[in-house]
Amino acid sequence: MAQEFHVLAVDDSFVDRKVIERLLKVSSCKVTAVESAGRALQYLGLDEERSPVEFDELKVNMIITDYSMPEMTGYDLLKRIKGSKKLREIPVVIMSSEDIQPRVNRCLEEGAEEYLVKPVKLSDVVRLRDFILRQKAHPQTEHNSMKRKSRDESPNAGCSASTSCDHLRPSIPKRRKIVQL
Amino acid sequence: MEFVGQLQRQFVQFSHSLFDEGFLDDQFQQLQKLQDESNPDFVLEVVSLFFEDSEKLLNNLSIALQQQIVDFKQVDSYVHQFKGSSSSIGAQRVKNVCVHLRSFCEEQNLERCVMCFQQVKHEYYVVKNKLETLFRLERQIVEAGGTVPFIL
Repeated sequence: MAQEFHVLAVDDSFVDRKVIERLLKVSSCKVTAVESAGRALQYLGLDEERSPVEFDELKVNMIITDYSMPEMTGYDLLKRIKGSKKLREIPVVIMSSEDIQPRVNRCLEEGAEEYLVKPVKLSDVVRLRDFILRQKAHPQTEHNSMKRKSRDESPNAGCSASTSCDHLRPSIPKRRKIVQL
Repeated sequence: MEFVGQLQRQFVQFSHSLFDEGFLDDQFQQLQKLQDESNPDFVLEVVSLFFEDSEKLLNNLSIALQQQIVDFKQVDSYVHQFKGSSSSIGAQRVKNVCVHLRSFCEEQNLERCVMCFQQVKHEYYVVKNKLETLFRLERQIVEAGGTVPFIL
């Protein structure tokens, strides 16, 4: 039996949390939605105040977080996750209503899988899930063409990971990820 | 069943006008697509959350703009939130006025902020009214034994 694709969604907006939760459920994902980066860290066991629960039970396949949040931004959360040996392999997606190139670059450079401009669409979620599932099944030696800003208003909104979206890719150095085979 | 037919036509016309006149954009339709038999009230629930959220934000904005010394960063933060939530439900006009309000915040132009805030409130109440009418029409159709037409 295929394991559930478990997504941790982080957003301080009630409305957005409800929408992203629904988008993920419709895409057959299991969802845990929290309202702050602090709560997310607690859940992931990175909170200093609590000892981590059995992490395997909580296995998170993807984290999707809003950028602008009070107290701790999605970017800060991204840094904490990528700075953790235990969690750094979990793909982190940033969502933002603001389409600011330097911000996009910063997030991607820090290791974000993708930067989605809000409002997030069902096609974005499905694309992400499929891409990550494929990555899990076929690990690659180079982190590749999904690392881009996504606000695709063209008819090809559902372009698959295998097509190279060069026209959308920001000009930042590609991250190399060496996988021990 | 003529009555149901009438209601359904009214619903279709009204829905189209909301999109044609720019009150709602594609995002609202995206939400409608997420609604199904397992979640038949999804749109209503999200919009209700939006109304609740908005009342708080508008109240906070009102207070913030009336301070002796206006904290434009705080005002901008509220407007950013409001722009976000209105965008998430497809309330296009509200979102657009929020964009203007943000630029006045950046300029720290209090007079324009206040005027623009009135516009934001106006657009919000108009779309609130329209959405409540839409939901009411849906209810009436269902109560009369009909099904709510799918708007493409």
